[in-house]
Amino acid sequence: MRSKWITKARISGVLLALCATGFAATSAQAQGALPAPGPTAAAIKQRGQLNCGIDTGIPGFAYQDGARKWQGLDVDYCRAIAAALLGDVEKVRFVPTTTPTRFTLLQSGDIDVLIRDSTHTFSRNASLSLQPTAVNFYAGQSFMVRKSLNVAKAAEMNGATICTLAGSSLELNIGDFARANNIKIATLTFDKSEEAAKAAEAGRCDGYSDDTGSLAAVRSTMQKVDDWMILPDNLSKEPLGPYVRSGDDRWRDIVYWVDAALKTAEEYEITRDNIESFRTSTKPAIRRFLGLDAGLAKMIGLDDEWVVRVIKAVGNYGELYDMHFGAKGLQLPRGQNNLYSHGGLHYPLPFR
Amino acid sequence: MKTMRLSFKALFGSWFNSLVTAVMLALLAWIVPQLWSWALSGATWIAQSKTGCAAGGACWAFVGAKLKLFLYGNYPAEQEWRVHLALAVVVASLAGCVLDERRKGRWLLMLMASVPVGAVLLAGGILGLVPVRTSEWGGLMLNLVLAFVAVLVSIPAGIALAFARLSKSRTISWAATVFIEFWRAVPLLAVLFMGVVMLPLFLPKGVSVDNLMRAMIVLVLFTSAYMAEVFRGALQDIPTGQTEAAAALGLRKPQVALLILLPQAMRIAVPGIVNIMVDLFKDTSLVSIVGLFDLTGVAAQSVKDPAWLGLSTEAYVFAAMLFFVWCLLMSLSGQLMERRLNSRFSGR
Amino acid sequence: MQDIGAGAPWRPSRRFALKLAGVVALALFLAWLGHNVAENMAQRGMHFSFDFLHDPFGVDISFHILPWQLGQSHGYALLVALVNTLFTAAIAILLASALGLLLGLMRLSGNPLASGASYAGIECVRNVPLLTQIIFLYIGALQLLPPARASIVLGPDIYLNVRGLFVPVPEWGWSWAVWPVAALSVLALLRAQWRQRVPAALLAAALATLFFAFAASWNRPVLRGFGFSGGWLLTPELLAVWIGVSVYVSAFIAEIVRSTIGGVAKGQREAAASLGLKWHQEMFLVILPQALRAMIPPLTNQYLNVVKATTLGAAVAFPEVVQVFARSIMNQTGRSVEIMLMILTIYVGLNLILASLMNAWNRRLEIPGR
Repeated sequence: MRSKWITKARISGVLLALCATGFAATSAQAQGALPAPGPTAAAIKQRGQLNCGIDTGIPGFAYQDGARKWQGLDVDYCRAIAAALLGDVEKVRFVPTTTPTRFTLLQSGDIDVLIRDSTHTFSRNASLSLQPTAVNFYAGQSFMVRKSLNVAKAAEMNGATICTLAGSSLELNIGDFARANNIKIATLTFDKSEEAAKAAEAGRCDGYSDDTGSLAAVRSTMQKVDDWMILPDNLSKEPLGPYVRSGDDRWRDIVYWVDAALKTAEEYEITRDNIESFRTSTKPAIRRFLGLDAGLAKMIGLDDEWVVRVIKAVGNYGELYDMHFGAKGLQLPRGQNNLYSHGGLHYPLPFR
Repeated sequence: MKTMRLSFKALFGSWFNSLVTAVMLALLAWIVPQLWSWALSGATWIAQSKTGCAAGGACWAFVGAKLKLFLYGNYPAEQEWRVHLALAVVVASLAGCVLDERRKGRWLLMLMASVPVGAVLLAGGILGLVPVRTSEWGGLMLNLVLAFVAVLVSIPAGIALAFARLSKSRTISWAATVFIEFWRAVPLLAVLFMGVVMLPLFLPKGVSVDNLMRAMIVLVLFTSAYMAEVFRGALQDIPTGQTEAAAALGLRKPQVALLILLPQAMRIAVPGIVNIMVDLFKDTSLVSIVGLFDLTGVAAQSVKDPAWLGLSTEAYVFAAMLFFVWCLLMSLSGQLMERRLNSRFSGR
Repeated sequence: MQDIGAGAPWRPSRRFALKLAGVVALALFLAWLGHNVAENMAQRGMHFSFDFLHDPFGVDISFHILPWQLGQSHGYALLVALVNTLFTAAIAILLASALGLLLGLMRLSGNPLASGASYAGIECVRNVPLLTQIIFLYIGALQLLPPARASIVLGPDIYLNVRGLFVPVPEWGWSWAVWPVAALSVLALLRAQWRQRVPAALLAAALATLFFAFAASWNRPVLRGFGFSGGWLLTPELLAVWIGVSVYVSAFIAEIVRSTIGGVAKGQREAAASLGLKWHQEMFLVILPQALRAMIPPLTNQYLNVVKATTLGAAVAFPEVVQVFARSIMNQTGRSVEIMLMILTIYVGLNLILASLMNAWNRRLEIPGR
């Protein structure tokens, strides 16, 4: 019996020692340089398929319809890029990614571009070696509360309990907000938004907190939608948009200008249906934009027809918003997501 | 008449027994009608979207609309026959192992071969099969693939570990013990998380492993440790006389291990292996947390479709029922196998 | 026989060489892994350091036994989460044992309704993933529970509503007042011989009652505004993990109870019956004490499972080690390697402690000379 005990003790010693070795081994750092990433666009063309990282499921941005086909704003961005580069909207492989895996998959080259309602931030750019491109959705963290709570703004929520999601910046923003306003807000952090929403609905929490786009989606899943209101406060700025790996500027440019093309098309009121009528346009800006006067597209390695293909395939930015968030989707007012000319923040850089 | 009197006595034999009976009846009377009205009488079976479903009852039409997602994830619809074929190969070889005593060796070989065969079938890319990326595998199929492969691969690994732990050489025995005890001590959720976040760090530069493979590696390592303990128990149950007799016949050590100990240990280990298999199958539900679309993952994802928003109760109930049926099937076939083995050996 | 002696001089050296080769191979393998990790971390611009443990943690922890405020350090947050895990696991182990015993006895009872219900319950629980069960239990319970204003009153100053179970606490606080009593009672139970155990348990219960009856004052939950304040709140998340884990593990414990009781020699039961002992006397005085001996090794495994299963609390927002550490703090700091190493060390440590406690108990129960 005694020897058995000694063996046990020794084994535990060895286990702990192994853990310690792990610590020590990783402390010894080696210096290594970043590998030069290959030209992503060439690799995609050779493969004949774009690998596009999207969300595993979030209404408005990415979800699967009854026929298991992916739909959503981010998903249509993937399609638009495929249409521009490969000439075919169907040549996309959608790779659903979770919060903890999304950046790793991009770093490792499993996906070419990550379009997964991800916020562009300083540290992700700097420390994760990721390159933010354009912003395709301006969001901000806010609260959805019961109307019966009689709260007009977030600062009145002293003592409230809020349901939100784990492993994101949401929980931290709430903590910062509470400390800044000198109030107490308890948070419950869930793995999945369904559980968080159900808990809020059952009255476990006084409200639910998420980014505006997701918030509208969660509100629409409530049994009594009209019992819930979204508070006007923005706890944070959440500019969401595609990420690419740092180091391949040409590929970043392509993703960036596909976004600009979608928004410019809206600016010129070019839609999926009326685009053919613009072929005869005499305005120099439109002729340049649609590639009727050859020249611009070559500079980033695309052919002259690419803008026409993109718009024909998915429509302009306004059409996409309407379909996924607006009148045909989640009934979320455009607000900041309007073009600059309509009081919003989207300001596409000029094509010239 | 007599059975009725007997059952009456069993139910109301003493005051305590009557009390137990009353409590049980009250519980049943409380649960059964509610369940009935939600799941059956008040349920909606055919509808185009959530709005077509009656309130207060289950909306099974939703499950019908999402059935393919639940079963195959995003596996291309026109390729589903490959999933069916792979399943048929596995089930046939398993059934062969259980039912066909005489050609058991051949069936076992086939079972082992079904891993590469199944992998080729599902992944494709050669023999004219359209390649299907693992990110498209999902639903119940993914749980079955994960559990089946992890169990089959971990059996030889577990046997090796068990022999290593029982080895006379202290170094080997300790190394095996440390490995086994480590994997048995840590929660699967934590190591799965580690697999996804940290496994890429352990691999040499430039080597990357896809997400499914990462989960699979973690599951195999995790299961081998439990398997090793089952086989260690089985090996220790074999009377020492067996080894001594074999040694007296002049058999060498590896021969004793392979020809004398292993066949007997296998028989003793069957219930343990089946238990591990059922537990592992249930545990595969955790891979949804690392971004794989297993049954639990697609259940959560299916309710994101605007046409069917917020029907998570139905999704989870259906997923739980699928798990239940498969677990039950596994444990029942395990019991069958055990009974056949026992009757065969006790008859001698 | 002679040639064996002739071969003897080089045999140990071959074995030694093999052993050495094995050790070197293992060391090389570990070094290779370490090298890969170092290289990959450097490539990703990560460096190894535990400094983040001193940085402030700006996220609320919804349930805590140790006092917690926003802005305390990550290291302290880990301690708070660890205490949550230990507390949950300890209670769940007790609950699972009691429920497992009950289910096991029901299964063995002659009443077909009771044994049938127990059998059906056990099969349902054993064949569905625990994750699904906990989520279900949590969401289901929340939908059944009333809002704070319509709380269910379970006893004097004990209220149950959708925000949780509110119980009064002695004003002196839990932290130091209860633990000595609990420790004393457990010690008394452990030290006592089998026969003295019932009086020891009674004594412990009497002590506890005395303590609670004469505690200077009580902090009672009071309905104020929209909710309760004061008292001690057991959150629904905690209750869901407790009940979910306990029920799941109890199904396995019930099977252990059933098989070990079946393993007690039939003669024992007949002897007890012939002495005129009632069923419960026979069970609790004769059969169970004997079955307990065979139960402990498999029970140890189940108790270890309880500790590991509490990690699933992450799915229902219960702040245990994995939720607080591998989720929130990892997300805030990005220190995945350090955090995973610490988590694995914690669980290996917990496992070893619990296993050695159970082994110690097992040794106490062993019959000398057998």
